Amino acid sequence: MSDITMRVWRGDQNGGAFENYVMPKVEGEVILDVIHRIQATTAPDLAVRWNCKAGKCGSCSAEINGKPRLLCMTRVDQLPEGEPVTVTPMRTFPVIRDLATDVSFNFEMARKVPAFNPIPKPEEGYRMQQIDVERGQEFRKCIECFMCQDVCHVIRDHEENKPKYAGPRFFIRYAELEMHPLDTNDRRELVREKMGLGMCNITKCCTEVCPEHIKITDNAIIPLKERVVDADFDPVAWLGRKILRRTKRTSEEAAVQPD
Amino acid sequence: MTEREHHEYDVIIIGAGGAGMRAAVEAKQRGLKVALITKSLLGKAHTVMAEGGAAAAMGNVYKEDNWKVHFRDTMRGGKMLNNWRMAQLHAQESPDRIYELEEWGALFDRTKDGKIQQRDFGGHLYARLAHVGDRTGLELIRTMQQRIVSLDVDVYMECKVIRLLTNDDGSVAGAVAYWRPTGEFVTFSAKAVVLATGGVGKSWKFTSNSWESTGDGHAMALWAGAELQEMECIQFHPTGMVWPLSVRGILVTEGVRGDGGVLRNSEGKRFMFDYVADMFRAETAESEDEADRWYDDHSAGRRPPELLPRDEVARSINSEVKAGRGSPHGGVYLDIASRRSAEFIRRRLPSMYHQFMELAGVDITREPMEIGPTCHYIMGGVRVDAETAASCVPGLYAAGEASAGMHGSNRLGGNSLSDLLVFGRRAGMAASDYAESKASVSINEAQVSDYIAEALAPLERENGENPYAIQHDLQELMQANVGIIRKEDELVEALEHLEVLKERVKNVSATGGVSYNPGWNLATDLPSMITVSICAAQGALNRRESRGGQTREDFPKADPELGKINFVQRQTQGAGYLNPISVSPEPLAEMPDELKVLFEEAK
Repeated sequence: MSDITMRVWRGDQNGGAFENYVMPKVEGEVILDVIHRIQATTAPDLAVRWNCKAGKCGSCSAEINGKPRLLCMTRVDQLPEGEPVTVTPMRTFPVIRDLATDVSFNFEMARKVPAFNPIPKPEEGYRMQQIDVERGQEFRKCIECFMCQDVCHVIRDHEENKPKYAGPRFFIRYAELEMHPLDTNDRRELVREKMGLGMCNITKCCTEVCPEHIKITDNAIIPLKERVVDADFDPVAWLGRKILRRTKRTSEEAAVQPD
Repeated sequence: MTEREHHEYDVIIIGAGGAGMRAAVEAKQRGLKVALITKSLLGKAHTVMAEGGAAAAMGNVYKEDNWKVHFRDTMRGGKMLNNWRMAQLHAQESPDRIYELEEWGALFDRTKDGKIQQRDFGGHLYARLAHVGDRTGLELIRTMQQRIVSLDVDVYMECKVIRLLTNDDGSVAGAVAYWRPTGEFVTFSAKAVVLATGGVGKSWKFTSNSWESTGDGHAMALWAGAELQEMECIQFHPTGMVWPLSVRGILVTEGVRGDGGVLRNSEGKRFMFDYVADMFRAETAESEDEADRWYDDHSAGRRPPELLPRDEVARSINSEVKAGRGSPHGGVYLDIASRRSAEFIRRRLPSMYHQFMELAGVDITREPMEIGPTCHYIMGGVRVDAETAASCVPGLYAAGEASAGMHGSNRLGGNSLSDLLVFGRRAGMAASDYAESKASVSINEAQVSDYIAEALAPLERENGENPYAIQHDLQELMQANVGIIRKEDELVEALEHLEVLKERVKNVSATGGVSYNPGWNLATDLPSMITVSICAAQGALNRRESRGGQTREDFPKADPELGKINFVQRQTQGAGYLNPISVSPEPLAEMPDELKVLFEEAK
C-alpha cells in the first residue's frame, strides 16, 4: 500500500507548528492508529488524549482537516486519497500540548447544573414508560467528546462568551432534566438568564458534528427555548404540566396488569 | 525546585470508574474529606465500555428470579472458586444498588408495566440484566459522575498515582502522583485508600481494554504488602472484533447473543451444541428448535448453548478455529442478521450497529460479524475481606476489577457493573469507618523522594530503550505464552522472558519533557504491567488444571483438590517493584450448609 502524510500540529500554549510524518498505510486503520504508530516509532512524546478507541468514551476529539472528529472513528480510507491529513487540537479550548486540550471549561459548566431532584419514591418503586424515558435517553447517549462545544461559533472564537454560555453539551443536559419524568427542579430561568440559551441561533453545527447523532438542535435546544418562554413563564402552568404528565402515566400503568 | 503540591484527606480513592465513584459517593455522604483521583478525565474510565447491562435479581421480567438463583449462577459461572460470601452479598444487594441509580437520575430501559427492563445474558438462568440499549456502562458512569458533582467531591483528573505511601507499622499513609498535563508531582496523605484501578488487559496484544488497564492498583497493592490471588484467571471474552486488524479485540457485546445472535463456523454450522460441558447439560437446549423457543418463553425450552458462560464459549471458538473451521480472518461468525429484523437490531444494539458500520464497513443487519476471543477482564486481584473489601494492609481497600474473589475463576457477563456498585459502596463504607477511627497521618518524605526519583529516571536516562518497544514485546509475549490456552513449557519460557523485560525496564528512557508526554507516561506504567504479567504467568504455572479463565492444554480437566485452593501471591523483600514474588496455595473458605443445598437441588 501507499504512504500517508500526516501534518500534525505540535506545540503548547506558547505556540507551535506543523510537523509532517510520512507513514506507510495499513488497511482498515483509523487516524488514531496512525498517530499511535508515530508515537511508537518517531515521536514518543506526541501528546494525544484517548481511551477506548471504539467511539464510546469521547476522549480523542481533535480536528481533522479543520473539522471536529473523533480520531478513533475516522478511517484513513474515507479521507481524500493522496492528500496530506491535517490534524490539529480542538480550537475552542486552550491547548495543553500537541493534540491534547484543556477541556476544564466543560467540567466547570457541569458543576453549575442544579442536581437531579426526583419526586419521592413510591412504595412500589418508580414506574416510567419507555416512551417517556426515550427522550432523555437520546441526550444521555452523549459521550462528552465536547466537539459540539468546539464547533459552536458562540464560543469558538469568542473567549468572552464562555462564562455566560453553557454550550450545546449542557443544553442537552438541561433538556434531559427538563424532560425527565421524575425530576422536580425548575432550571428554565437559569438556562435563560445565566447559561446563554438565547445566544444560540440554531445553526445546527453541533448536530452535524455529534458522533452519537443526537439531534441537539431539533430535540433539545429548540424545545428548551420553547419551554423557557412557554406560558409567559408561568410556574403554575409548568408544574401543572409536570403533574398532568405523571397522572396520565399513572393511569396508563393502572391499565397494564403485570402477569 | 518549587514546593511540591500536597493535600490531606480522610479517604482517597484511586480510579474513577464505577467502583471508585461509588466508593467516593459513600465516603462523601458520610461527611468525610474525600478525593477521587483518576489518570484520565472524569467519565472516561473503562466502565464506559460495558455494554450489555448490570445483573441484579430484581425479578421484573421473571418473578421466579431471586438472590439465591443469582448466587448459584455466579458460583457455577466462577467454577466454584468464588469467595462465597462475596457472591452472596453481591446477589443480595445488587437490586438495591440499581434502584439507587434511578434516584440519581439514571434512565434504564423499561418493561411494559414501567419497571426496569432486564435482558438475557450468558450463564444467568433468568433475564436479569438492567440495561440501556447496549450502552449501560455509559449510563452508569454518567449517573455516578453527576452524583459525584452534586456531592462536590474533590476530583483530580489526569493525575496518575505511581505509588502508595506507608507508615512504619505497614499501614497505608497516602499516595504520590503526578499531573499528566504538567508532569508536576503531588502527594496525598490519607487515613484510608481505596484502590479502584480496574484491570490489566493492556499487557496482552488483543484486548478490549484501553491504555489505562495497566494493573496499577494490583501492582501498587502488592508493592505495599498486600496479597493478590487468582491472577491466572483471566477472561477472554468470546466476541471481540477480529477485522480490520487495527480494531482487533474491540468488544462485541454479549447482548448480541442474549438478543438472539448465534455463532456459526465456516460451514454455517451452529457449533456450540457440540461443546456443552456436563455441568451445564441439564439446562442447555439439545436442538436449534428448542433453543429458539427459549428466547420468547424460558419455559418453552432450555437455554441456547451460545449463552453458556464466557470461558466455555471462548474455548469453543478457539477449538473451531484450530480445527480449520474459522472465518477468513481467524475468527468465527456471529450472526444476528438472519435471525432478527433490521429494526430490532438497530434499536437493541445501536452501538454495535455503528461500531461495525463505521470501523469494519459491515452492516450487522445484513451480514454476520467476524469475531474471536479478546483479553477482557481479570478475575484475580487484591485479596480482600468479603464484608469490607479490606486488604491485609491496614487502611487499604480494593473494589471492582482490582479485587479478587467475587467472580472466582470466571465472571458472568453483567456481574461486573453490579460488582462495582455493591463492593464500591462497601469499600467506601469500610474505608470511612477506618478513617474515622484514625488520628491524622503523615507521610514519609524519604519514600516520597525515592518514588519521585524512580518515576523521573526514564526522562533523565539517555540512550535507553524506547518504552513502546518494551510494551510491544510484553504484549506479544503474553498473547503467545499466557493466552487463552496455556502449557507448562510456554509458561516457564514466559517467566524467563519476563525476567529479561524486567531488566529492560530498568534501562528505559523517555524523550521530551514532563508535560503531557505519553512516552514517559508509558514508562511509568511499565513496572506495573510487568508485575501483573509475572503474577499471571506464575499463577498459571502453579494452577495445574483447567478452570474458568485458566485453561491448561497439559491439564485439560478441573482438579477437585485445586478447586479448594487460592493461589496467593506476595512480594518478598520489601517494596521495590522489581523484587521477587512468592506463590502459595491457601484454602478457600468453605460455604455454609444452607448455601450448599442450593447446588445439590440443581443436580
